[in-house]
Amino acid sequence: MNDLALAVRQIGYENRAFWRNPPAAFFTFVFPLLFMVIFNLLFGAEAAAFFTPAIIVFGVVTATYTNLAMTVTIARDDGILKRIRGTPLPGWAYLAGRIGHAVLIAFLLTVIVAAFGALVYEIDVPWSALPAVLLVLAVSAAAFSALGLALSGFIPNSDAAPAVVNATVLPVLFISNVFIQMENAPPWLDTVSHLLPVRHFADAMMALYASGSDASLPWTELGVIALWGVIGVVAALRFFSWEPRR
Amino acid sequence: MGDPAPAIEVRGLRKAYGEVEAVRGIDLRVARGEVFALLGPNGAGKTTTVEILEGHRQRSGGDASVLGHDPGRNERALRQRVGIVLQQTGVDGYLTVREVVQMVAGYYPNPRDTDEVLALTGLSDQADRRVRKLSGGQKRRVDLAVALAGDPEVLFLDEPTTGFDPSARRQAWETVRGLAALGKTVFLTTHFMDEAQALADRVAIIADGRIVATRTPDELIGSGSAATRIRFRLPPSVEVPERFGAHRVASAWELETDTPTQSLHALTGWSLETATDLVDLEVTRPSLEDVYLQLTAEEAAE
Repeated sequence: MNDLALAVRQIGYENRAFWRNPPAAFFTFVFPLLFMVIFNLLFGAEAAAFFTPAIIVFGVVTATYTNLAMTVTIARDDGILKRIRGTPLPGWAYLAGRIGHAVLIAFLLTVIVAAFGALVYEIDVPWSALPAVLLVLAVSAAAFSALGLALSGFIPNSDAAPAVVNATVLPVLFISNVFIQMENAPPWLDTVSHLLPVRHFADAMMALYASGSDASLPWTELGVIALWGVIGVVAALRFFSWEPRR
Repeated sequence: MGDPAPAIEVRGLRKAYGEVEAVRGIDLRVARGEVFALLGPNGAGKTTTVEILEGHRQRSGGDASVLGHDPGRNERALRQRVGIVLQQTGVDGYLTVREVVQMVAGYYPNPRDTDEVLALTGLSDQADRRVRKLSGGQKRRVDLAVALAGDPEVLFLDEPTTGFDPSARRQAWETVRGLAALGKTVFLTTHFMDEAQALADRVAIIADGRIVATRTPDELIGSGSAATRIRFRLPPSVEVPERFGAHRVASAWELETDTPTQSLHALTGWSLETATDLVDLEVTRPSLEDVYLQLTAEEAAE
């Protein structure tokens, strides 16, 4: 088997293990929908146009960044990564399996949220802008996966993983046009939010949802997200660890 | 086979963690097909040594070669030929035993048949159970099955039976003997004397980062300076003549000798002559444990 086939096969095993924990799988998909329903109840039905793309962003960031940072840290402390390191499987093929599965879940979540938005809140899926939407999703999923792997290098042990991961992701979501619209934010906070990748992901998805076929490719947003992805890859290469820490 | 080159060769191996030297210049040579035990107390440098040979740690000095490769270079060609059982279990609990073994087998160019691996590790009946549902001893066997999946030439087992109950240990020993019968080279670490004695062709005793002896288990017992011990009791009023070199230990007398036949002959002769009964007479051959305790104590005293 060549290495690429091994990586794809690894996605299969990750997927099999994922669905064997039904409560975890169920809430992975229900959690974002729950947020969507609550936000729409709180802010009225006209908010659905905002919250459908926003919750897609939330879902993708959770499925890639949050999920990878936590599960990879736990696998590291359980000795699973070290065990893999002693086999001929290349490290990148193993991580590609993990990332591939995370991206798969992110896309599935996107489909579910988009369908829920269309069926329940009549927010049309931007079919005419589909290639651009897929490009934004792909670049973002890759970038947030890389950042998640990089973050695991900074998490001292698996007990600390939830706290560290939430502390890095929740504040950013709050200032990135995902949970709350940023129109009344102080200008400096708006600037901070523009330095971070989630804001660009959210703005790009919002624009594509709003303008449909008139949408042009959001190059600036894609550029910033990709840049963060590169930072993630470099940091992961530097700080990622296969050995349990004690 | 027939290759005269050793499976593992180590010269002047050193490993320092900051100021602390965990391994202080050790030499080892393990032949192909040999079962070799690195025996020592906790903190002696066993795991550090085996993890350097596995490629999990970088050495600070000296030379190391496993199947002709430098383990420090983490080459895939080497990883394809060795199997590793770490001290800690590391398997995804949501996969079944068979799936885990098949998954790992796929990483190797010439894997061993999965059913064969399961039979060899006594897991045939657990094949379709999820790993997380298994007992601790069964999980440890999954570790071994994973290490065997690629049909390696050399197996590293780091404390393979720590935490086992006696029957699980016997089972694990049978498995290791089975591997030896297949012609595998086995390098194991343990702090159990009986384990080294039961499994190993040769034993190296490590204490405080140094090898203090490398012999077969029998040689270790025979050639160590620990002597055969003769023990008996006498009425309180009787003294043993000084020429026997005996000394009082609590209410009994003990003497150590390298020539037990002569010593016993002399002692029983004296007993008959003086009509002094040697109460509870006992002759004990030193166990590997005595030799081990003596060797590691000598090392600690230096």
